[in-house]
Amino acid sequence: MSKRSGDERIADFKEVNEGISEQNAVLEALRCMDCVRPQCTKGCPVNIDIPAFIRAIAEEDFKGAAAIIKKDNMLPAICGRVCPQENQCEGLCVLGNKEKPVRIGALERFVADRERKAGTTLPEIMPPTGKRVAVVGSGPAGITAAAELARYGHSVTVFESLHEAGGVLTYGIPEFRLPKEIVKAEIQQILDMGVELKLNHIAGRTVSVEELLEFDAVFLGTGAGLPSFMGIEGENFNGVYSANEFLTRVNLMHANAFPEYDTPVMKGSRVAVVGGGNVAMDSARVSRRMGAEVYLIYRRREEDLPARDEEVRNAVEEGVEFLCCANPVKILGGPVVTGIECVRMEMCKPDESGRPCPVPLKGDDAVFTLDVDVVIEAIGQSPNPLLVSLIEGLERGRRGNVVVDGSGLTSVDRIYAGGDIATGAATVIEAMGTARKAAQSINEMLMKE
Amino acid sequence: MGYTIEKATEIADNIFEFWINAPHVTKNAQAGQFVVIRINDLGERIPLTISETDGSLVRIVFMAVGKTTTYLSTLKAGDEIRDIAGPLGHPSEMGSFGNCVVIGGGVGIACLPILARALKAAGNNVTGIIGARNESLLLLKDELATHCDELVVCTDDGSFGFHGFPADILKKKLGDGEKIDCVWIIGPGIMMKITSMATIPYKVRTYVSLNPIMVDGTGMCGSCRVTVGGETKFACVDGPEFDAHLVDWDELMARQRTYTDQERESLKLFRDHQCSCGGDHHE
Ligand SMILES: Cc1cc2nc3c(=O)[nH]c(=O)nc-3n(C[C@H](O)[C@H](O)[C@H](O)COP(=O)(O)OP(=O)(O)OC[C@H]3O[C@@H](n4cnc5c(N)ncnc54)[C@H](O)[C@@H]3O)c2cc1C
Ligand SMILES: Cc1cc2nc3c(=O)[nH]c(=O)nc-3n(C[C@H](O)[C@H](O)[C@H](O)COP(=O)(O)OP(=O)(O)OC[C@H]3O[C@@H](n4cnc5c(N)ncnc54)[C@H](O)[C@@H]3O)c2cc1C
Ligand code: SF4
Ligand code: FES
Repeated sequence: MSKRSGDERIADFKEVNEGISEQNAVLEALRCMDCVRPQCTKGCPVNIDIPAFIRAIAEEDFKGAAAIIKKDNMLPAICGRVCPQENQCEGLCVLGNKEKPVRIGALERFVADRERKAGTTLPEIMPPTGKRVAVVGSGPAGITAAAELARYGHSVTVFESLHEAGGVLTYGIPEFRLPKEIVKAEIQQILDMGVELKLNHIAGRTVSVEELLEFDAVFLGTGAGLPSFMGIEGENFNGVYSANEFLTRVNLMHANAFPEYDTPVMKGSRVAVVGGGNVAMDSARVSRRMGAEVYLIYRRREEDLPARDEEVRNAVEEGVEFLCCANPVKILGGPVVTGIECVRMEMCKPDESGRPCPVPLKGDDAVFTLDVDVVIEAIGQSPNPLLVSLIEGLERGRRGNVVVDGSGLTSVDRIYAGGDIATGAATVIEAMGTARKAAQSINEMLMKE
Repeated sequence: MGYTIEKATEIADNIFEFWINAPHVTKNAQAGQFVVIRINDLGERIPLTISETDGSLVRIVFMAVGKTTTYLSTLKAGDEIRDIAGPLGHPSEMGSFGNCVVIGGGVGIACLPILARALKAAGNNVTGIIGARNESLLLLKDELATHCDELVVCTDDGSFGFHGFPADILKKKLGDGEKIDCVWIIGPGIMMKITSMATIPYKVRTYVSLNPIMVDGTGMCGSCRVTVGGETKFACVDGPEFDAHLVDWDELMARQRTYTDQERESLKLFRDHQCSCGGDHHE
């Protein structure tokens, strides 16, 4: 896949990866061996019939390829861009043993982009059942559940608290990885299937729990939106952000285009991003695009970074400076941030989980400070408690997640859950997988009546 | 597609009362809660207290201070705003407390009618104390008088009512041994800080409605974090009302100033544009 150079990229918010050409897609598809027992499919959380869609590309039947994917995945242009394919389908592709795995993700994206331009066809919808289902949240989990339920002929209403649908796809993942126009287009398809979307509706407040329970079933897809803070000194100084706030200001509210857009953000001239996952990479890369020098502070080693390899590489190419084996202990300044104090870390022997844990080094030279004017904490999110804490009898796990059984059913009759609210912060495709399973269970439950 | 402004009135100097048609908000709205509005696609999300509701109409009262509220003040009945989300935040603690005092400063007075009405309905004796810099900034006093058993009006300059601050009246009442069970104070940060100090020696339960900068208003961003009793709380979902005696006021006020320079730039651009287009500012 062709990629623009790092220097060019940080001058704008346009997409980094440019996709593959039709010719290359067909050539890549021809590499697939159409295995008798395809491993790739097992690695896909929604079990797309991968060999079949690749075969269709090889035969230049692009529309057919799209239809095969859409049987299992209504958001292929999104997944083709943000799925960790290297650990999923591509990670299991048998060709990976000898040469390179088939580039399944790139092919998925190619098919979806082509279909979007050529005009999409909607999946078949079964006759109306007269049953009503409420879906809370319009992230990948909610959207997927809504599409699946609509397909079964149920009447679906999606409640979303923000003014735009998409969840993390809209407010979290930046434009240069996932253009918002694509998110909008893929969500539009589910509206075209007859799903009703109610924006500015906060379930638990705008719509009470009792009102939700008037539906025949409820699907909770409220995500893991609660940001964690480190709990160190100086954390409430002006200029300290959670990654969620920083990314929401830029992605959802377009603060990068202030004052054309009304929402401000402190861009920072020197920014410290704390964390090592995809969220940290996104925050760092957004800051680079707004002109800051960026340090990424991570407490383990470089090889332990939990972010996708590709995103780490992208961040390096874009000039993000990595400070691994370091941990912030104090934010300096007041009331405005002027710096961050960190301690160097050393890795001890692997613990039971097999991961070596970081321990702070002793001594004066173990401590160092960086002059920064913005600090972004990207150290994790937990399940959003707003609605789930209001539902009586709803069992929750240790981390605040909603407990579900194998079918996605919660401890409350007729209430199902999927996505990050059930699993804790995970991935787009896993959210979709659990949502689809829950939607199927809801359908079975409703049709038994 | 938007939400229609049914009535728009300037009720005091630079302070505006809007009634917006938003049945989804009014259906479950209670005292103490707020809405988040966005005027148009370029707009920012700003929180405003639910001042009163009437059927499907929600009333907001705001002072034109920065770009968003100034722009809002130029809209007329019949115009639409793009988004209104709510009700947000916990409703005010409600119950039969006995003698309640509700205190409003400046535009904070706007939050009192729905609260006084609810306290009254819950069987309390309600005293209202409201204060503004001068008479032209006083709002809703006749309406409040109908919900309160007693209403005291103050102005900083003595242009109307008692010459002084609501804190003076509160101190006097407490000093005179009047039995007060519960106090609400809503207004600018500094006014809430100073007024709430009056009740500390008497250990009277005192609530304040905090107004930090917010983005989503649903607990997702952490922009609205405040320190209360040494703990970090998100005002939008844990509040907005908190125990006044536990709030870190200096931190709150410092955080409110985060974007002062940028907001000034934004307002200036808006004003310049308004001049060049004769004040008819629409997208
Ligand atoms: C910055 C960032 C980058 C990421 N990058 C990747 C990546 O590259 N690849 C990948 O696979 N995953 C990535 N993830 C993770 C992935 O985005 C999430 O796992 C996924 O979005 C979870 O989907 P969801 O539908 O469960 O929740 P969300 O996407 O969080 O959606 C939840 C929705 O529910 C709404 N909501 C919450 N409460 C209520 C309520 N009470 N009433 C109404 N609506 C409500 C929210 O506003 C939101 O729109 C990333 C996450 C972040 C934060
Ligand atoms: C829960 C809640 C309820 C509120 N209710 C009301 C209300 O009923 N009526 C009303 O007029 N205002 C209310 N506010 C304050 C209101 O949201 C802000 O004044 C508004 O965001 C200003 O937007 P602006 O673009 O016009 O001004 P800005 O340009 O954003 O700000 C102008 C000036 O106001 C200050 N300011 C900004 N935000 C706040 C804030 N949250 N609190 C105090 N000062 C601030 C800035 O420091 C700046 O000096 C409320 C705030 C909260 C959090
Ligand atoms: S495992 Fe690889 S080669 Fe085999 S079917 Fe899947 S993509 Fe093709
Ligand atoms: S405003 Fe975002 S968490 Fe409160």
